Order: sequence, then structure tokens, then C-alpha cells
Amino acid sequence: MILTIAAKELRALFASPLAWVVLAFLQVILGWILVTRLDAFITVQSQLMQMETPPGITEIVVAPIFGAAAVVLIMAVPLLSMRLIAEERRNQTMTFLVSAPLSMTQIVLGKFTGLFAFLLLSLVLILLMAASMYLGGRLDLGLLGTLSLGLALMTAAFAAVGVFFSALTAQPVVAATGTLATLLGLWLLNMSQANPDSPFLMLALIRRYESFTKGLLDTSDIVFLVLFTAVFLILSIRRLDADRLGA
Amino acid sequence: MTATDENLTVRATALTRQFGKRVAVNEVNLTLARGEVLGFLGPNGAGKTTTMQMITGNLAPSAGQVEICGVDMLERPRDAKARIGYLPETPPLYRDLTVNEFLALAARLHRVPRKQVGAAVDTARARCGLTDVGQRLIGTLSKGYQQRVGIAQAIIHNPDVVILDEPTVGLDPNQIRDIRALIRELGGQHSVILSTHILPEVEQVCDRVQIMHKGSLVFNDTIAGLRHFRGGTLMLGLRQAPAVEEIAAVPGVAHVEVVGPASDGMFRVEPEKGADPIDALVARAAERGWRLSHVAPAASHIEDVFVQLTQREEAA
Repeated sequence: MILTIAAKELRALFASPLAWVVLAFLQVILGWILVTRLDAFITVQSQLMQMETPPGITEIVVAPIFGAAAVVLIMAVPLLSMRLIAEERRNQTMTFLVSAPLSMTQIVLGKFTGLFAFLLLSLVLILLMAASMYLGGRLDLGLLGTLSLGLALMTAAFAAVGVFFSALTAQPVVAATGTLATLLGLWLLNMSQANPDSPFLMLALIRRYESFTKGLLDTSDIVFLVLFTAVFLILSIRRLDADRLGA
Repeated sequence: MTATDENLTVRATALTRQFGKRVAVNEVNLTLARGEVLGFLGPNGAGKTTTMQMITGNLAPSAGQVEICGVDMLERPRDAKARIGYLPETPPLYRDLTVNEFLALAARLHRVPRKQVGAAVDTARARCGLTDVGQRLIGTLSKGYQQRVGIAQAIIHNPDVVILDEPTVGLDPNQIRDIRALIRELGGQHSVILSTHILPEVEQVCDRVQIMHKGSLVFNDTIAGLRHFRGGTLMLGLRQAPAVEEIAAVPGVAHVEVVGPASDGMFRVEPEKGADPIDALVARAAERGWRLSHVAPAASHIEDVFVQLTQREEAA
């Protein structure tokens, strides 16, 4: 059932030009970063050769792409997630799902899975970009692995926030704004805190992501992102249940 | 109702729903037997849609209970919902899907096994007259066809209970006739609840009628019962009509109103409760020379009954 809803959402995303535009811009921006980083790499290559343990192409070229991808996705996810529930409310099609023998959990997870599958597709495109480095070099597969895992977990977290805000309102634009503000706020949280031990920094998404981009697999980061995703999904389910109970 | 429990597909007991302090639905009881078409009538804002939302599990009741074929909606919502097909007031249609895609999705979500989805879609399309438009996008269909798609999604999983909320609103007369014929046909195999405020529709299609007014059930009987229902209202025709007050002064008369143009001399006479003022009226007419031309129980037109039931409180 979850997959049936996910497939419907995926189809709806591809039926609208928005998803294609978002994917295209993502590719253009990341492709441009790839080219400039590659250029820089070639310029400094001779100096790198003299170092004892020189950073490889994965660190210099691929890691920045993943860093930029996370930022671009902060902008892109709200646009993709805003319609998930808000638009169903507005078009009064939510009744179709609620009247079907489905639990709210299945509805929310189905919508989340559909969006996440779409975002994983953009991750695959980024990996293809990284794979093009094989034309003239070799990749550090370990680092590529943590980068991919990190980005996948981040997009899951973004998507969960998007689903939640979409569940709050019947106005897709409001949902998009809320999602963007929340994600940007959490991303930039580390800038607002001068004290490095501040508990707020626990929530700073950029910190969580940084360790992945260094090739570190920290279980606390993984658990944090998984819990973060779960919390927002549970909040969405509660919100939809509240619709049924009414005020 | 004489139906046994096994025969009941819907049983709603003392359903109540409040929105803030406003009571939208107040202790409504409703039962539906297998194969029966129930007309659910009421003026706009009477609480029909709210009641239907509670029966279909879209809205949780503040108090009361809903059972679908013996399955409690609050305890096992998914099993209960699997037995219902619901067409809300606004048909819930995904405009960028084709009719076939949408119906297949509805079938899958309503637990139709994957292998039978194709057959279920074909059957539903055939029953709702959608055979020719399977490949069309729903958004490009006319309102009448969209309404049929809405009905098709409600019956695709062959549910025990079909609930239709004002299915003929906004359709042209031919489409209305088609949809009514379809509802009549559905009644044979499914139990149907049909909400409407169009009275002839109920007379044509339904076996039984429940009328709601201001959140409460005010009438529950068969169509025949509705036709025979009268509140003792009389139609009085006078060729030499006096002032309304003079008629109202006759003992036993509670209220008089003019029907049609004054020159016709037709009056609707509401008797006082339990009183039968015919003799008094005839005597008074002869005495004062009103030239009585017509006196009879008001033809219990279904619309009069409706008006009587729903306006009784204001009159009282």
C-alpha cells in the first residue's frame, strides 16, 4: 500500500514540469561546480605530487559537489514537497485516501517514500557525475560511500520536514516557505552560536553533514538524522489524525 | 426496521459531532439493510455531509458508534473502510491521471488483488458508462463524466455500502437521469446511501427516507410512508374569500396562509394539534357566504412534507 501511494506521488512529480526543472537546475549547478573544481585540481596537480599523502580527486572534486548538492537540495526539496499533502487538501482529494482502507501512517510513509525515491534519483545523477572521474583517474570508494550515505540521510531529513509542513496547511506556498525557513535555519544554526559547546549545535545539520564529507562514519550522526526524519514523519501522522478528529 | 442484524450493512448509533460549541449532528441513528437505497434528505447545512463523513471514517464522531457490516469504524477503521465506497460532495479526482490510471489506483488502494485490477476497472467503467473515455485525462472530461468517474471509484472494489453525497448536483437533465438509473441499479447489489436535497430524486430512486434538520433526524420511513404522511393540513378554496384573519378565527384553525394569487381564493389551513376543523370551516363558509369550492386534505406532496418537517420548529 505504501508503495502504491509512493508510485502515485512519483508519477505526479514527473507529470509536472516542476520536477524536471528542479532536476535540470541541480545538474547544471553541480556540473558547473564539477568543471571548476576539476580545473583547479589540474592546476594544482603538480604541487600535489610533491606531498607525502596528497588529497585525491575524490576529496578535491567530488566532495565539494556533495557539499553543494546539500545546499541546492535545501532549496529544491520545499518546491517538491509542498504539494504532497497541501494540494490534496486544497483539491479535496485527501478524502480519496482517507476513505480508502489505509492508516494515516501508510499515507504519510507513502508520500515520504515517493518524494525520497525522487531525491535518490538526483543522488544517482550526482554519482554518475562522480563516476565520470574514472575517465582520467581513480576514486576513493570509501569516501564516496560516506558522501552518498550522508547525502541520502540528509535528503531523507529534508523530505520529512517537507512532508510535515505540507501536512500543516492547505496552501502549497505556505508549506514551501515553512520548509525552506526551517531547513535553512537548522543548516545555519552553527553560525548563531559562538560557544562551541552550545547544545543548539547538536541540531545544526551542517555539522552532521560535515563529518560525512570528511569520510567519517559517526553513528551519532546517523542516529541523529534517522531520528530527525522519524520525528517529523510522526508529527505529520499526528497532524493528519488531528484533521480527522477535528477541533 | 425489521431487518435482522446480519442483514444490516450500516448501523450508526447516537452519532454526535460538535464543532466547538456548535452541535452539527445530534444523536443521529441510522440503519441500512442490504440492497436498500436510503435517501438522506435535508436542507443545506442540516448536517448530512458531516454525518456521511462520520460514517465513512473521514471525521471522528464526538460521541456515538458506527458499524459497517458489524465492523466497528473506530476500532478497526481499515477493515470497515474496505467495505465502503464513498463519493464526497466534490469528487476526489486526480486531474492529471487518465480514467484508467485513476481507477486502477483506486482499486489497488481498496485492496483489489493486483491480478484482478484490470477486470475491476473494466467492470466499473462499463457500469458507469465510461468505456469510451478510459484513456482521457480526468481533467479534460466534462462535469458529468467526472461525476461518473467519481461513482466508478466508489464501486470499483464492489463494496457492501456505497455512499453518495449529492451525486447529481450540477449535471444536465439527461446526465441526471443516467446517474439515477445507475444508482437504482446499484441498489440491487450494494446498499446505497444517497444524500440530496432534491426531492423527486428520492421519490424515484430510494426505498426509504431519512430527513435531517438542524443536526437531528426528524423523519425516518419508507417512500410510501412519506407519501402518506400528512400533518392534517387542509386545502381550502373559496370563491368569495374573506380576509385571512376571518378564516383563522374558525375554532380549531391554527394558521392560515394564502396559496397562489389572491384571486384564486386558495388557502392552506393548518389545524391546531389534534383538531379537525373541516366541519367548522364548512359551516362558517355557508353561514358567511364564502362560497366554498374546495376543501380537502393537502395533497401530501413530498415537498410539502419536507417543508412541514423542516419548518415545524419555526412555526411553533
